[in-house]
Amino acid sequence: MDLPVVWFIAIAVLWTGYLVLEGFDFGVGALLPVLGRDDTDRRVMINSIGPVWDGNEVWLITAVGATFAAFPAWYGSMLSGFYLPMLAILLALIVRGVAFEYRGKVDDVAWRHRWDLAIVVGSTVPAFLWGVFLANLVRGLPMTADHVVTASVVELFSPYALLGGLLTLSLFLLHGAVFLSLKTDGPVRRRASRFAAGAALVVVPLLVGFLGWTQARSGETWTLPVAVLAVLALVAGAALVARGREGWAFTATAVTVAAFAAAIFGSLFPEVLPSTTDPAFSLDIRNAASAPYTLAVMSWIAVVALPVVIGYQTWSYWVFRKRVTRAHITPSVH
Amino acid sequence: MALDLARWQFGITTIYHFLFVPLTIGLAVIVASLQTAWHRTGRTEYLRATKFFGKLFLINFAMGVVTGIVQEFQFGMNWSAYSTFVGDVFGAPLAMEALLAFFLESTFIGLWIFGWDKLPKRVHLACIWAAAIGTNLSAYFILAANAWMRHPVGYEVDPVTGRARLTDIWAVLTNDQAWSTYLHVVAAAFVIAGLFVAAVSAYKLLHQRRDDPHPSEHDLFRRTMRAGFVVTMAAGAVVVFSGDHQAKLMAQYEPMKLAGAEALWSQEDGAGFSLFAVGDIENGRNHVNVQVPKVLSFLATGDLEGHVDGINDLQARYEAVFGPGDYLPNIGLLYWAFRLMMGLGGAGIAISVLGLWLTRKGRLPDRRWMYRVVIAALPAALVANIFGWVLTEMGRQPWTVVGELLTANSVSPGVSLTEVAISLGAFTTLYAVLAVIEAGLLFRYVKAGPAAVMPYPAPDSEPAKPDERVPAFVY
Ligand code: HDD
Ligand code: HEM
Ligand code: HEM
Repeated sequence: MDLPVVWFIAIAVLWTGYLVLEGFDFGVGALLPVLGRDDTDRRVMINSIGPVWDGNEVWLITAVGATFAAFPAWYGSMLSGFYLPMLAILLALIVRGVAFEYRGKVDDVAWRHRWDLAIVVGSTVPAFLWGVFLANLVRGLPMTADHVVTASVVELFSPYALLGGLLTLSLFLLHGAVFLSLKTDGPVRRRASRFAAGAALVVVPLLVGFLGWTQARSGETWTLPVAVLAVLALVAGAALVARGREGWAFTATAVTVAAFAAAIFGSLFPEVLPSTTDPAFSLDIRNAASAPYTLAVMSWIAVVALPVVIGYQTWSYWVFRKRVTRAHITPSVH
Repeated sequence: MALDLARWQFGITTIYHFLFVPLTIGLAVIVASLQTAWHRTGRTEYLRATKFFGKLFLINFAMGVVTGIVQEFQFGMNWSAYSTFVGDVFGAPLAMEALLAFFLESTFIGLWIFGWDKLPKRVHLACIWAAAIGTNLSAYFILAANAWMRHPVGYEVDPVTGRARLTDIWAVLTNDQAWSTYLHVVAAAFVIAGLFVAAVSAYKLLHQRRDDPHPSEHDLFRRTMRAGFVVTMAAGAVVVFSGDHQAKLMAQYEPMKLAGAEALWSQEDGAGFSLFAVGDIENGRNHVNVQVPKVLSFLATGDLEGHVDGINDLQARYEAVFGPGDYLPNIGLLYWAFRLMMGLGGAGIAISVLGLWLTRKGRLPDRRWMYRVVIAALPAALVANIFGWVLTEMGRQPWTVVGELLTANSVSPGVSLTEVAISLGAFTTLYAVLAVIEAGLLFRYVKAGPAAVMPYPAPDSEPAKPDERVPAFVY
């Protein structure tokens, strides 16, 4: 096998895992004030992702670490070129992670309100900016022959990128709502189902618009059916959640997110960061890649480790398979 | 200018990350051991201690996790030229860390926090051990990456692309700098974690009259204080031996750092270890230098008469090899960083030895200042740790990768001064706020004591079996 291709796929898979998993975490966090009417509701919501959010985030850390090892030039140009939005994402992730952990540590209304706000902002900002980021990856950035990105902040927020941001934000809200309908019971579950079914009216057009635009701009033949699958799965997900088939609904929205990621990375391939200054300056899987030896070493490690990781993460979801309800929330924990 | 700010940002964010990390590395094992003790003996005090220190551990852990993410991105954001040059070699251990260690740690911590009432007791215990192993494993990979910057091995520089290219991963992972640094850093982490446990216990013993706790706490905290001392003392021995080895490696691979740390301007056989010096950096000499004879030579070479190079000789030699330039790190800073690391850290270790003696055979010191000294040992060891890193990283200057890549050539060319200034400002502010919050929380939980995480049964009620099925750690 051609190792740079393998590693491009591996990184796409890691991103897909990240978006599917942390996508619903973001949705749950951002929906906190919408679906959680009182403190107990909000704690039900947070506890539904409590045991898993950190493990979900490690998909991102691994995706970025793998990019560093397999395509150092991609790693460098992408992160330095996207500097300020990336900074905003990092700050948001910091605040959000601390908020989950610290929110329940003091029994005080003002304290909890402040951390709730941190969770909402810390979930909304990355949910939006990851879409902007991915759209910019596909569209490319102004970049010199030395692969130095010269985009200003304004250029990073083109209409196409903004559409991408709105899409990921709304899609994650929907995905998160479906997750809540699956993982909780009582009022939160009811509100979440209703929200998810309604949100589809907004998300479906956004998804069609963004994937259509992407397909027209840089799609491959095979990304078209993938894009269609993404849309169909989303429609199915909304219909299923409205009928109370929450397990299948969640599978469907997970397929949507995964197909969205596949369409993005499929359209990008074989480039990794196109240059809009001159196509000759683009970074692709050849000129950005590490030497074959590094890629071979990494492949061995991934082949051994990734199945084990997926195994124990699956187990952890199984351990926490029960719905979280208001009855589980003890009145005053620390 | 952007370079200076990027360096400040790296220094600040990394040191901040490393305030929490040593505590995580050590406390994970200590908490797992306490839980194991509860398993073995079935004694409720151990469960209570597990939950009490477990809570403090989690408050600290959260900060380690969120600040770590910044580290992972920062290489690309601020140091893209560096990343492109080294990624082939340096990225591999980083990616391994994520795959082999971070997943393990984060998943099993989640299982541990939320699994008290969902997992069989043994499996639940295994979860905290898995997380502890994960944290200790992650340190190895990151330190192997860092060691490579000080002593690059297992690579070649590609003549076409000008980038480093990995040729031997085994050499990178078994780099003598890597395992020596690992021993030193992880042992230092246990020094800190041991002192943390001792300091918390000392605080509780000190305030016993005021807080009026359950009578069993007296004995509980006497035990945990001693346990903390034992950990610190044992780890301290490893720190000293590995530190000696580190100095020898330094003499071999980074003689300039050693000479700088000793303010040794000209080469000497049988060089003395400086206790106090006032240097004249402009003219490359010292005004005052109080020395213990021969000790430096022994530290650097294992031989009292061994040869140690001086700063001026090394500068001349580097100019001959790498061309004209200034190859001096910040001598004054290195000199004092080295002394503060050894002095403050050594004081922490000494206090633990003394503490063990004073608490032998069921005794407890009755002088309040003794408890205060134990409490003060904790910040001292943390500061020692920071200065150890300042020595390591600042002493590597002007290189990021010794002999291969200068710091000045490592920054992101496309990132502007404004951008770095914004991010430096943002991180510093946020980190300062979070530090206050986290310290406040820790203090709050220490003050509230074990009863807050696991209430004592009312005195007149049945001696109820401790109900470990209560999910003590849900958000
Ligand atoms: C409690 C903390 C602590 C204590 C008591 C010591 N150290 Fe240390 N030292 C560290 C904590 C530390 C550290 C923060 O963990 C460093 C930074 C990087 C590293 O490898 O470990 C370090 C670095 C470091 C280095 C630089 C390595 C390099 O740049 O290549 C040397 C030479 C020593 N140490 C030597 C010693 C000696 C001879 C000690 C004798 C008592 C000692 N250390 C005590
Ligand atoms: C794998 C681990 C580490 C790597 C790869 C690493 C790498 C770097 C790099 C690239 C720089 C910027 C260039 C420079 O100014 O030297 C730097 C600077 C610095 N690092 Fe590290 N570092 C690591 C661990 C640490 C740790 C754990 C600490 C402290 C707790 C630390 C403290 C510093 C400091 C203080 C600077 C600023 C040095 C200066 O301004 O000259 N580093 N390090
Ligand atoms: C400068 C380079 C460094 C990078 C890129 C880095 C990266 C990270 C990341 C991404 C995390 C979060 C993991 C999670 O979400 O679970 C983390 C946490 C951690 N890091 Fe670092 N780190 C650096 C320096 C260090 C050093 C020098 C050590 C050890 C000697 C270390 C030890 C740890 C440990 C034990 C944790 C997990 C426990 C905790 O979060 O407190 N790190 N690091």
